[in-house]
Amino acid sequence: MIRPGSEAELAEAIRDADGPLSLRGGGTRGPLPDGTPITTSGLTGIVLHDPAALTLVVRAGTPVDEIDEVLRGANQRLAFEPMDHRGVLGTTGTPTIGGVVAANVSGPRRVLVGAARDHLLGLRFVDGEGTVVKNGGRVMKNVTGYDLARLVAGSRGALGAITEVALKVLPGTETCASLVARGLDDAAAVRAMSAALGTPYEVTGAAHDPQAAGGARTVLRIEGFAPSVAYRARALAEVLKPHGDWQIEDDREAVRADWRGIRDAAPFHGSTGDLWRVSVRPSEAAGLAARADAAQVFYDWGGGLVWLRTGEGDDLRARLGRHDGHATLVRAAPETHERLHTLQPEPLALQKLTRGLRDKFDPRGILAA
Amino acid sequence: MQMPSPDARIMARKAQVVARLEQALGARGVIHDPAETRAYECDALTAYRCPPLCVVLPGSTEEVSAALRICHEEGVPVVPRGSGTSLAGGALPTADSVILGVSRMNRVLETDTMDRIIKVQTGRTNLSVTGAVEELGFFYAPDPSSQLACAIAGNIAMNSGGAHCLKYGVTTNNLLGVTMVQMDGTVVEIGGAHMDAGGLDLLGVICGSEGQLGVVTEATLRILPKPEGALPVMLGYDSAEAAGACVADIIEAGVLPVAIEYMDRPCIRACEAFAKAGYPDCEALLIVEVEGSAEEINHQLETILKIARDHDPVEIRAAQDADEAARIWLGRKSAFGAMGQINDYMCLDGTIPVSALPEVLRRIGELSDQYGLGVANVFHAGDGNMHPLILFDANKDGDLEKCEEMGADILRLCVEVGGCLTGEHGVGVEKRDLMSVQFDPVDLEAQMKVKDVFDPKWLLNPAKVFPLAASESRRA
Repeated sequence: MIRPGSEAELAEAIRDADGPLSLRGGGTRGPLPDGTPITTSGLTGIVLHDPAALTLVVRAGTPVDEIDEVLRGANQRLAFEPMDHRGVLGTTGTPTIGGVVAANVSGPRRVLVGAARDHLLGLRFVDGEGTVVKNGGRVMKNVTGYDLARLVAGSRGALGAITEVALKVLPGTETCASLVARGLDDAAAVRAMSAALGTPYEVTGAAHDPQAAGGARTVLRIEGFAPSVAYRARALAEVLKPHGDWQIEDDREAVRADWRGIRDAAPFHGSTGDLWRVSVRPSEAAGLAARADAAQVFYDWGGGLVWLRTGEGDDLRARLGRHDGHATLVRAAPETHERLHTLQPEPLALQKLTRGLRDKFDPRGILAA
Repeated sequence: MQMPSPDARIMARKAQVVARLEQALGARGVIHDPAETRAYECDALTAYRCPPLCVVLPGSTEEVSAALRICHEEGVPVVPRGSGTSLAGGALPTADSVILGVSRMNRVLETDTMDRIIKVQTGRTNLSVTGAVEELGFFYAPDPSSQLACAIAGNIAMNSGGAHCLKYGVTTNNLLGVTMVQMDGTVVEIGGAHMDAGGLDLLGVICGSEGQLGVVTEATLRILPKPEGALPVMLGYDSAEAAGACVADIIEAGVLPVAIEYMDRPCIRACEAFAKAGYPDCEALLIVEVEGSAEEINHQLETILKIARDHDPVEIRAAQDADEAARIWLGRKSAFGAMGQINDYMCLDGTIPVSALPEVLRRIGELSDQYGLGVANVFHAGDGNMHPLILFDANKDGDLEKCEEMGADILRLCVEVGGCLTGEHGVGVEKRDLMSVQFDPVDLEAQMKVKDVFDPKWLLNPAKVFPLAASESRRA
């Protein structure tokens, strides 16, 4: 394993590479490509935390836990609450912020505040030729030049190795509460979640577990200052009456633990079979899940994200057919990843653009991703 | 500011190019009479003007594709144009270029409150997107101050912001999908009504690419439920330091206002003379707006007012109702008009880390003395996006040049303290030659590689964004 201790060393290692590199942060998210293993986990440390500007600049290999702790000390947080993949993948290791940005990993709050890429202010990366490039900056509004930062975020290392990221952070929340309904079928649950997300009460999470212990469970989250949370929870329960019977749960620690589980796709921990993550328009989610004929289904993002557990090696995409969205293979044997592709194949015109960009940033084709 | 000299060979073929475009779009879709093309000689950066070879106004994605394919074959540069409200010269033509305007394409294609999206043709104006969903209780969040006139096409090209970005983000955070036509006529669909695009984040790099990667003809946008209510509070201070510290403390206290606006004394005086909003005569004025139910607003305002008092304000005024709220906003919203009435001015758009605010204001004051030109500051304090207005006399020889030099110095200062050249207006031609202040040659090279992929012949809006010397070998 190559483990550079600085950006310059990483650039040198990439420049000197004579074959494919298998780039990773903490290695918790898989699948890892073939090639000489190289990690950014040696690039650690917070470069700048400016609480009054809601800004954090941090080296890519810094563990997410360490960032959470520093932010908590200033009553701040990464609002996009990145998922920890270790539970569903059975991986060990330490999730890093570089890995989070490289895979654009976002949790339940994505539905209100946006994805990891929406909180990205800038980054530095080393391209496939070993050139260090910076883009964006550390300020919240910046349209100076092309937004390469967002292009590189979510590229899973295909365009380069991220060495440093600047992120917008948000104030922490004083408290939270959940509204829970039992026994809704999938279509009714998605309609209820859409109705909730269409209110001004700032629902920061909307998930539905059809196979929860004790029957289908739909859960909505509200966060903020205590009086505001109490007011919005009551108001929301009132508005949602036509969509079922809603109980308010306001034990802060229990609610937080519940949403950590939703963030990490806990219903699939310890399960067997392949795991897919489908991005879909919420109004098509229930129909899509029915077509999937899956062993287990779980909805997050108000139905915008559908987790599906299928038999090993099943071609889920073939069963789903065409829809407004795409399916990502999260957990499967290496040969299934190889055969079905981790990411959904794109239309030809987009493939051509993707190929063109990869050729420009990695002309030797050593950044296997 | 230099533009590349027009290609005489292209201008000599004007009749042929026009004929082919008319054949594809009909005579109604092509403007080539010099008396009429003059209307497209500039955008809102009126200091620079040049009528184009001709103008095409397609009515559909197919017509955009046909027009671009013809220009691609003919080797004619194309300058895409939304409503022409760019303050950076993003839609400035050259004499050998075709302006492609999307203004005829302004229909709403779909609204869906369950998926919280609206799909529009991009000639539609920003404000009329909100207009289309307002009765359903929703709005489109990015709100550039030109929102009555500016088009979604231009918003996407410039990644436009507005006063409420602190909470709702800018265009890129509210854009879910596009239909885009590449220079060779290829139509691509990226993203859609679902939340995340698959594969590389092409949407991310297209947004803010200033019309250099393709012409976006349709866009799927995120819409949000309207808040229950909103109220502003006005805070007056006798120093920039006190106002800056107040902003920092509000944010550190965990309150996230939807907007924090800042005006300095020259700006306050001009606004007061113009709009009579009842502003105090002080060094720094903040307008802080919060949203929610009446109870929630009160709770947030209590926190804000407590912090505000700790910094020794000269005046505090909290709005109790919509009328008072409108009066507080009145001066700020008429700031640019007020300044325009007393002077010619140049509006800058740099962003700085909020913590650098007092230092930057002090040094802008020093530059003002050094150049002998007045400056009024009005800006979005929550996100550090500054709009210094440099006052000059357009009729006085050399004043514009002096003003441009001072503007460049202020933008260099923004970069020096950790900020950037432009927060929401874009680079265009205006800041093109300052890009090397913020970026090293390898950084610019990486950006230009993206254009190489989308537009290998560099025909789309070619003389913008990158310093001419840096892009010369590609444009040749």
